[in-house]
Amino acid sequence: MSETHHPSTETAVSAQQYLVTQASPEFQELRSRLRRFVFPMSALFLLWYFLYVILGAFAHDFMATKVWGDINVGLLIGLGQFVSTFVITAIYVRFANRDLDPRAAAIRAELEGGAA
Amino acid sequence: MTTVLAAEGVGNPAANIGIFALFVAITLYIVIRASKRNVSAAEFFTAGRSFTGPQNGIAISGDYLSAASFLGIAGAIAVYGYDGFLYSIGFLVAWLVALLLVAELLRNSGKFTMADVLSFRLRQRPVRIAAATTTLAVCLFYLLAQMAGAGGLVALLLNVEGDLGQAVVIAVVGVLMIVYVLIGGMKGTTWVQIIKAVLLIGGAALMTLMVLGKFGLNFSEILGAAQSAVSGSANEAVAQRDVLAPGAQYGASLTSQINFISLALALVLGTAGLPHVLMRFYTVPSAKEARRSVVWAIALIGAFYLFTLALGYGAAALVGPDTILAAPGAQNSAAPLLAFELGGVLLLGVISAVAFATILAVVAGLTITAATSFAHDIYASVMNSHRVTEDEQVRVSRITVVVLGVLAIALGVLAAEQNIAFLVALAFAVAAAANLPTILYSLYWPRFNTRGALWSMYGGLISTVVLIVFSPAVSGAKTAMLPDVDFAWFPLANPGIVSIPLAFVLGIVGTLTSPDRGDPEVNTEFEVRSLTGVGAEKAVVH
Repeated sequence: MSETHHPSTETAVSAQQYLVTQASPEFQELRSRLRRFVFPMSALFLLWYFLYVILGAFAHDFMATKVWGDINVGLLIGLGQFVSTFVITAIYVRFANRDLDPRAAAIRAELEGGAA
Repeated sequence: MTTVLAAEGVGNPAANIGIFALFVAITLYIVIRASKRNVSAAEFFTAGRSFTGPQNGIAISGDYLSAASFLGIAGAIAVYGYDGFLYSIGFLVAWLVALLLVAELLRNSGKFTMADVLSFRLRQRPVRIAAATTTLAVCLFYLLAQMAGAGGLVALLLNVEGDLGQAVVIAVVGVLMIVYVLIGGMKGTTWVQIIKAVLLIGGAALMTLMVLGKFGLNFSEILGAAQSAVSGSANEAVAQRDVLAPGAQYGASLTSQINFISLALALVLGTAGLPHVLMRFYTVPSAKEARRSVVWAIALIGAFYLFTLALGYGAAALVGPDTILAAPGAQNSAAPLLAFELGGVLLLGVISAVAFATILAVVAGLTITAATSFAHDIYASVMNSHRVTEDEQVRVSRITVVVLGVLAIALGVLAAEQNIAFLVALAFAVAAAANLPTILYSLYWPRFNTRGALWSMYGGLISTVVLIVFSPAVSGAKTAMLPDVDFAWFPLANPGIVSIPLAFVLGIVGTLTSPDRGDPEVNTEFEVRSLTGVGAEKAVVH
């Protein structure tokens, strides 16, 4: 076995083609769109999660404040974590279907078509 | 009546065993049917990449919702209230890390295991051995937790008493698991997980509706009834708890508060580093299907944890904390006791069988992951005398399955008394520290190199295990593994708050202190392939 590993590919794409693709504006656009979405979004949900965890650890009285019947602030923020998880999932799927998939498919078609 | 029955196991053990035997018979039939084409490595390890996103999403939730999730969280909510709920939120939010940062790029650039992705641009041999070591460590801790849980369940559900009886049941679970994995490979294992997930989530949904029905669909009433049942407990420490607000389990001191934050960190970052979850992304034909898998998993897992909230408080209100704590299995028995209260012997039998199926399916998923990693990453890269073919890897992994199964039975018998939640938390802490930093760096940081990966993986693994060994979870406390000795100097039972940042920093320091910048051509190829899916492993065509 060699030291660097190349999983088997069905289409032989040369190193030169990868370099050209990586430098192309289409690829740079795909890369920056992906990163501009996933990094801020990850920071957002992690901050919101740790806000919740820190409130849960240190702000017992605040979390125990009754809002309606026996339903209190802690339960509502906890359920809010479920809601935010579902909403972020939906937003990401919409974004990926609309902004990422067509761009990735176009680059893939060009590379694999060009190699055949 | 419930109290009397609970003291000696509940319901009818014969009904419980009968329903479980039915589950085994049906799944075994499906596994045998599914296994006809199990010859190639891609078939055995990844089910020919032929599962659809929704199927794989259901299987992921089957893999992920372990007995700790079902019995442990429902029980923790019933007895500690709100603090049990915090676990389920960490387990759910964690899936966003997998969805946004890991699943698709990993699917595009790997083949069978996590190590494939790492060794694409890093030096193959040392990185594969490191990744396989952390994979085996996580699988082993997780496996131990499941097997120990099986032993505990037995006392309650099948009314099997004594060490010998428990050992026999653990052995039965282990042998069944070996049979499923050997015959079914990844495809059979996946079907077991799909069936189990449907039964588990369906059962929890049914019980939730029954609980809500008893309280006129008013959730606030359930909370009120749960609090008054807890306040009426004969045990004073329990009666003082405010189960509707955080703090009953983790609020006592600053140390326990930091310990809780540490646990929360390991839960949210551990999921996307769990090897048996990562491996499931290779069973679908494309990155888009991997994305759909995670969406289905998030929906099902989220719904399930909402059900456990109703089940936990429902058990506190309808069964009562004193009955739960007096039952064999203590807080783990909350969900089965609630099932008996709601639907008598039949519903208890179904829920018991589902709990066993849960353990069986999770154990099978862990074992096939560990065996794949051993055969594909360690055996194939250590055997330098000849080129190891994929068929040989399948053969080696089949042997590994048997060895792991026997090991799991032996360890499960020894660990029968250990705390399940602690073992699961340990597995998450190792996954978050040893696996996630390296995965993220290799996907997003072109400068990342072999030394960074090795420092991060071994540093994360060793620091987590060392801190655990010298924590109050192992010695120096009444609830410790070894309560009679005291060599603990690390104050937290959960090491994540130290070991996870340490592993991230080690990855950066290791990378920057090494002159190795990798091969620019390989780095370019990796980036293009991981983002676009060019040359990604395709589904096996029949």
